[in-house]
Amino acid sequence: MKYHLGKSEPQDGPRTITSRRRFLGAAATAMAGAMATLTGCGKGDVEAFLQHNFRELSKDELKDVIARLERDARKKYGKDITIGNEPAIQGTIFGYALDLSRCIGCRRCAKACVKENNQSRDPQIEWIRVLQMDKEDGVDVTHADPYYNPEEVPQEGHFYMPVQCHQCRNAPCTKVCPVGATWQEKDGMVVVDYNWCIGCRYCMAACPYGARRFNWGEPSIPSADLNPVTHYLGNRPRPKGVVEKCTFCIQRVRKGLYPACVEICPTGSRKFGNLADPKSEIRYILENKRVFIFKEELNTRPKFFYFYGV
Amino acid sequence: MATPSFSMPSRRGLGLLCCLLGAMSGLRAQDIQVPPPPFTEGLFPCTVCHDGKNLKVNRQRRELKDMHGDIVLKHGPESRWCLDCHDPLDRDRLHLASGEQIEFTVSYELCGQCHGEKLRDWRAGVHGKRTGSWNGQKQYLLCVNCHNPHSPHFQPLKPMPPPVRPDAIQARKGGAL
Repeated sequence: MKYHLGKSEPQDGPRTITSRRRFLGAAATAMAGAMATLTGCGKGDVEAFLQHNFRELSKDELKDVIARLERDARKKYGKDITIGNEPAIQGTIFGYALDLSRCIGCRRCAKACVKENNQSRDPQIEWIRVLQMDKEDGVDVTHADPYYNPEEVPQEGHFYMPVQCHQCRNAPCTKVCPVGATWQEKDGMVVVDYNWCIGCRYCMAACPYGARRFNWGEPSIPSADLNPVTHYLGNRPRPKGVVEKCTFCIQRVRKGLYPACVEICPTGSRKFGNLADPKSEIRYILENKRVFIFKEELNTRPKFFYFYGV
Repeated sequence: MATPSFSMPSRRGLGLLCCLLGAMSGLRAQDIQVPPPPFTEGLFPCTVCHDGKNLKVNRQRRELKDMHGDIVLKHGPESRWCLDCHDPLDRDRLHLASGEQIEFTVSYELCGQCHGEKLRDWRAGVHGKRTGSWNGQKQYLLCVNCHNPHSPHFQPLKPMPPPVRPDAIQARKGGAL
């Protein structure tokens, strides 16, 4: 069976590769081994260079890749981490709703996300951006201010709109990726294989929500702050030159936990659940509250909704 | 399924009310996991002072001076008074409009008398903060964990620092760029 990496539909089914590819891979490995000896590259570098796309890795290959990445992380951060690869839970399509009438713009979500998802502290990367907007103007991104810093929030006459990856069903970012390094999983999460990303940033240009971040520099995280519980498609340490984004905390939600931003929000504005479960909180919101889809006219069909709880 | 699970003991009358409200909101009859009420340290149990013997019940509306002077009532002060919610005969409990006494641990029933829509949303997991598991056990908060019952408007917070502006990211050797 051939696998089309450019496909944008959810897919994490059987990972098969053609025999031709297997042959070329083996030949390349042998050649690279010889080259490594001559050029002084380490074995790990060669393995990383020849690593396949996550969706093409066999169970054994994935085991080896994860072991190598864990070794690399230990070397860089002096700390043991685990890189999980929990698959999508059958019958789940994750959805998120944010109560615009309650968010006070305290940014605790953005900071909790940085800690949980091992975002670089310097240069700073934050997946969540909280926009301050004027109540008089309504949702108007051209006049939104992400850099507000008063003594106290909320400020009179303003409301706050946190923006992060909308996990679109019709995701423009996955369509433009020339190498198939980003795709939508069966549970609806749009993920990135950091080892397959070539850093072209087409996906960032395509995303209408500005939700993707690029590692312009070597990410730095103090060892003590590194969250050692990670997922291959989520919060594992990233290298320089790759794109990253919110995954609804894939390492947490596939174990049944709430995302970190939901747990930290002091106003309870953030709601998360299974869209496929008619009894979930998220379905209650969609069926009973006034719901707003950001840039709905673009037909991205997000699984991230805004609503008015009052 | 994303319905909360139960740990609190059921009470006379309350169980039936829970059933009814649960059925109304499409949830099973259930108890709800909540943390203890946020009492001011050293004040509970109230009957240490309000024992009905040494300190008689004073039903007169008045400015509190000897004790509790720190409480500012900004919760419909025109029409509300301590003993509308605190039970005069058993100060360790609250009472509903019907006169039925309830524990502080289920104070949401009291709040829900006026804020029924909020109580409904809260039960459904939509109003208020939830922690725990999206497909299993959830930890709820009492209304009073976020809203001071005497002055319920959510208190402003100091925001966390804003993100670094792109032009403030400096190139440095071995670092950012």
